[in-house]
Amino acid sequence: MKDFIDPILVVVLLLNFVALGASRLRTLIQAVAVQGILLGFMIVMAHGSFMIWVALMAGATVALKGVVIPRMLFHAVREVVIRREVEPIVGFVASLFLGAVGTALALLFSKTLPIAHDHMSSLVVPASLSTVLTGFLILTTRSKAITQVVGYLILENGVFIFGLLLMEAIPFLVELGVLLDLFVAIFVMGIIIHKISREFSSVSTSMLSELKE
Amino acid sequence: MVFLLIFVPLIIAVAALVVPSNRWRPWLIPLAGVIHLGMTVWTLSCAHPVAGLQGWLALDPLGKLVLGLISVIFTICGFYAPAYLALRPERQNRFFCACLLGMLGMMTLVVLSHHLGLMWVAIEATTLCTAPLLFFNHSARSLEATWKYLLIGSVGIALALLGSFFLAYSSLHAGLVPTLLLDDLVKMAPQLSRPWLHAAFVLLLVGYGTKMGLAPMHTWKPDAYGEAPGLVGALLAGGVTSCAFLSILRFYQICLAAPEAAFAREILVFIGLFSMAVAAVFMVRQRDFKRMLAYSSVEHMGILVLGIGLGGLAAFGALLHMITNGVTKGVLFLSAGNIHRAYGSKLTDDVRGAMRRLPVSGVTFLAGFLIVTGSPPGGPFISEFTILTGAINGGHYAVAALYLAVLAIVFIGMGTTVLRVVQGVPSPQAASTAYRDRPQLVIPILIFLGLSILLGLYIPNSLTTALHDAVAYLEVKP
Repeated sequence: MKDFIDPILVVVLLLNFVALGASRLRTLIQAVAVQGILLGFMIVMAHGSFMIWVALMAGATVALKGVVIPRMLFHAVREVVIRREVEPIVGFVASLFLGAVGTALALLFSKTLPIAHDHMSSLVVPASLSTVLTGFLILTTRSKAITQVVGYLILENGVFIFGLLLMEAIPFLVELGVLLDLFVAIFVMGIIIHKISREFSSVSTSMLSELKE
Repeated sequence: MVFLLIFVPLIIAVAALVVPSNRWRPWLIPLAGVIHLGMTVWTLSCAHPVAGLQGWLALDPLGKLVLGLISVIFTICGFYAPAYLALRPERQNRFFCACLLGMLGMMTLVVLSHHLGLMWVAIEATTLCTAPLLFFNHSARSLEATWKYLLIGSVGIALALLGSFFLAYSSLHAGLVPTLLLDDLVKMAPQLSRPWLHAAFVLLLVGYGTKMGLAPMHTWKPDAYGEAPGLVGALLAGGVTSCAFLSILRFYQICLAAPEAAFAREILVFIGLFSMAVAAVFMVRQRDFKRMLAYSSVEHMGILVLGIGLGGLAAFGALLHMITNGVTKGVLFLSAGNIHRAYGSKLTDDVRGAMRRLPVSGVTFLAGFLIVTGSPPGGPFISEFTILTGAINGGHYAVAALYLAVLAIVFIGMGTTVLRVVQGVPSPQAASTAYRDRPQLVIPILIFLGLSILLGLYIPNSLTTALHDAVAYLEVKP
């Protein structure tokens, strides 16, 4: 089962680039949704054996990251649409280039962090770091509130990928708590996006620039 | 008892959602505060160790300090809440009350959790509880502040989660059973894999430092504190930031046990001084007095990590400072809230003569400023002086000099803004607003003020013992 993790991680990395190059909100959200579903599969594979709590955990991940949250985001897009484009501050080509640099750096950096055991794929750490960096990039270089939420989600996905190494260390309860927090955070962000669109009749955070020195 | 401390506020929060009366609902807040304070006093005075859930929850000496602090701050702020909300009868306060109570429950959980994953969940939950509180005014500006708070806070905390995972992995890498239980990690600290431990500490400092408001991750703070009601500001600056500070201490303790003290101390001293300096720069010529308080909070968070990084006597001073600063922030934020309400503005261009317009809130604002900048006989004077002594005794003369220089700049910068607010003659339109100082809105401030002066004149023996215990607990000898 574990042999499948590496190919899936490669797909996850490719999805990062899809997200970076996406010019339409729909594509961006779909990329994150697929990432979430793959994450759920990887949880099962990483654990090897099929126990009830593993199934529950994987199911909760797929349901929340792959279905519920993307649906909430699609809903938000429909609800507050003005324009469906992503509106990058840094162009798509430049974003892709930065993403490639970030992935290379993640590969280099993970070389300095020793990985001890042989039972886990060596791609987990670089994939996790590069996904975190991609999330950061999308957070900082896209001006729409919804894209910032997607960036946050990708960043969280990166953290979750690292969590695959620690399936035994992190109790079920805590993982569930993390997922619940994530869900509520996205929910609250969704409410705020709604308010932003009502207040400014735009969901661009460039409107949110009144508070500064 | 452990469970009651956490669940009673949460149960009252649910009750707040159910109670239909907008007028009576806010009284649940002081009620919860008093019950929580009672349970806290009982817990602190009880001799046998408090723990639960097989080591997941435990009250250690550091936790005792923070638990006492948040309980006192919440209770005093709680008595301010009904009078404040009565000034805003047009606003539905159902979610405000529930979130405030939920925040108390989650802060308690942060203090009690000895499982780093559980602690993470609780800290993120405090962020989520405070977001609706910041949005209470439903204005465009409060919307902006809430968005920044939520997004920057959540991203910071996501990094802290990655750091926690790194830490767990450092035990796995060393061939140990991976765990996130604090007590186990401290015990096995010397065997942890160093590269992972270093990376974890940096990520955790950035992550929880964002929540605490250390520079350069402080950018949400001026916006959030500037737009939040004074009551929420007091709870954030005194309570939530102390909880984030506590979580940094947890990881610092693991680093000390590793023993990787030199590595962690250097980073803490640097980031502490840097936060103080950044805050000082923005405090000079600050026209918005609520934003000024936010920068003051950034400065004091810097002082806290600086003191901890210096260690020994300075660490004692830092833990004392957490308490004195938390209490004094109550004076400042509640007074500033009253002034803001009376003038309908928080810019020094419009706000003049607060001492004439508001005889009590104006004076307490001035007194709060003097105390928080370290004038005797306030509590922060003692704690800041202890940190200075610790720095000089430890031979860190350059650090001590920078520390004093920044404190002087802050005093002057903050003084200019505060004196403009309190002195002079109020403009006619400011005098015409309906707001007047009334007992329910000033007595909580006077209690905070009394406490912060009391801590400067006399520190009870039990507190000194608790502080010594906490330093001994924190600075474990490997």
